[in-house]
Amino acid sequence: MSVLVYTENRDGKFRKPIYELISYASALAEMMKTSVTAVSIGQVEESELKKLGTYGAGKVITVSGDAFKIFDSQSYTALIAEVASSTGAKVVMLANNTTGKALAPRLSVRLKAGIASGVIGLPVSTEPFTIHKRVYSGSALANVVVNTPVKIITLMQNSFDLHEKPVAASVESYAPKSVTASKSVVLDVQKQEGKVLLSEASVVVSGGRGMKSADNWAPLTELAALLDGATACSRPVSDEGWRPHEEHTGQTGKIIAPDLYIAIGISGATQHIAGVSSSKYIVAINTDKTAPIFESAQYGIVGDAGKVLPKLVEAVKQAKGK
Amino acid sequence: MKILVCISNVPDTTTKIRFTDGNSRFDATGVQWVINPWDELSLTRALELKDDPASGVKSVTVAHVGGADSEPTIRKALAIGADDAIRVNGVASDAYFVAGQLAEVVRKESFDLIMCGIESSDFNGSTVGGMIAEFLEIPSVSGVSGLKVEGGKVTLTREIDGGKELVSVPTPLVAIVQKGIAKEPRIASMRGIMTARTKQVKALEPSAIEPLSQVVGFELPKPRAACRFIDPENAGELISLLQNEAKVI
Repeated sequence: MSVLVYTENRDGKFRKPIYELISYASALAEMMKTSVTAVSIGQVEESELKKLGTYGAGKVITVSGDAFKIFDSQSYTALIAEVASSTGAKVVMLANNTTGKALAPRLSVRLKAGIASGVIGLPVSTEPFTIHKRVYSGSALANVVVNTPVKIITLMQNSFDLHEKPVAASVESYAPKSVTASKSVVLDVQKQEGKVLLSEASVVVSGGRGMKSADNWAPLTELAALLDGATACSRPVSDEGWRPHEEHTGQTGKIIAPDLYIAIGISGATQHIAGVSSSKYIVAINTDKTAPIFESAQYGIVGDAGKVLPKLVEAVKQAKGK
Repeated sequence: MKILVCISNVPDTTTKIRFTDGNSRFDATGVQWVINPWDELSLTRALELKDDPASGVKSVTVAHVGGADSEPTIRKALAIGADDAIRVNGVASDAYFVAGQLAEVVRKESFDLIMCGIESSDFNGSTVGGMIAEFLEIPSVSGVSGLKVEGGKVTLTREIDGGKELVSVPTPLVAIVQKGIAKEPRIASMRGIMTARTKQVKALEPSAIEPLSQVVGFELPKPRAACRFIDPENAGELISLLQNEAKVI
């Protein structure tokens, strides 16, 4: 019996969302009087695996092999399901990112385990297993009861604080009994190196139509860089092609939950707010004092983006001594 | 090649969300129902592929799990250009139930490419597509922002954290699509609306599948405190508030 966490690595390293997952799993394991086991797939050095112990993973199961070089949802699902069964997992946890969204539903069917996806906090009760989940694109929360002996949870990034709970993690390598061969072929990979990922960023600086033109983005990008943040945009901006669609935050784009979301020249349509309402703080800068974005913001400046942005850049430089 | 586009019937995205019966039920009073935005983009891409003779796509069918009251949304999909539709006459109680029903539809009618939106704008589960694939034990590709079909061969662009991958996957497969798959949703033409009336909507009775979870109630988030306005001439004050009061930078 355990809480099993799939700890995805990127280029052999674990990132912040994985430590959030382990922190969450430790708190959940305490509620359920059990322990945390992590499963890692691919080449990760032992020192990195042991770091999972910092947040409370007592055991780390590691699987590598050519069969898992390509991310194939079928073969990964078969493997994680096998580990879940062999460790008697009561809860299987994944990040609510692209990988988690690909694997969690398949695991749900394979293990006949009910799923609560995109959760933002610990269960309200474990018997019956009742948990809050965001619904209606952030306009409400639903209380979901999961009835099955095994449960699957995907955790929204940036919604659970890191909490150190050091234990010595034992590392065990595991040889899967059966391997489902991947049928997919990767033809090409494009990676954006060095950029802060929008889904993982603590600070997001986002521009809307009030930025007036694609040529005006330099100070916004500079502000984001000074704050170690990511850049985002509203839907009209990505539809116009001023910014790539990967940056579109909102109901049909990315759903994010940073500590700080700075909306510049964004009026704040319902669909936009749906993507950012889980942010801890929202700052709005808009020429129109009656813009709905101010209803969701804690701090606001009524002013033109072109005039306010350079002042913010200067103020951050001063504050950070840069 | 036969494409199945799975569609969900959701409240218009501008709907003010309210609940009734002691917050146990969604209040549908006065609500406009629409095709889930991602499913609409998915349908648009499927129809674009069918328009291209080199794709080998012969038909586009839409499938939906829901009561007869969802017929207007299905008719809309037919008006946009789907060839025919299947409605499984059941209550969409959880994703496992819905996916199980849709998997049965695929088993009965054998489709080559099944397309699902990444999530529905009401339940935000991101689960139905992957579940269908696991029920059928076929490949699924999630986060698809580009889809090409040439002579029945499928290549997909999928978003990975921090990049994109181009993958080739044999059929049958489930493509779980997101933003980028089509530029703008296709709009029904007058002619489309007229012909939709004559297209077939097959109603099937649901298979016996027990849901694995249930929603027992809803809560509305606490309203945020009123916005604090800062003089635009003194923008620096904002930075100091973020640093010292909110402590987020």
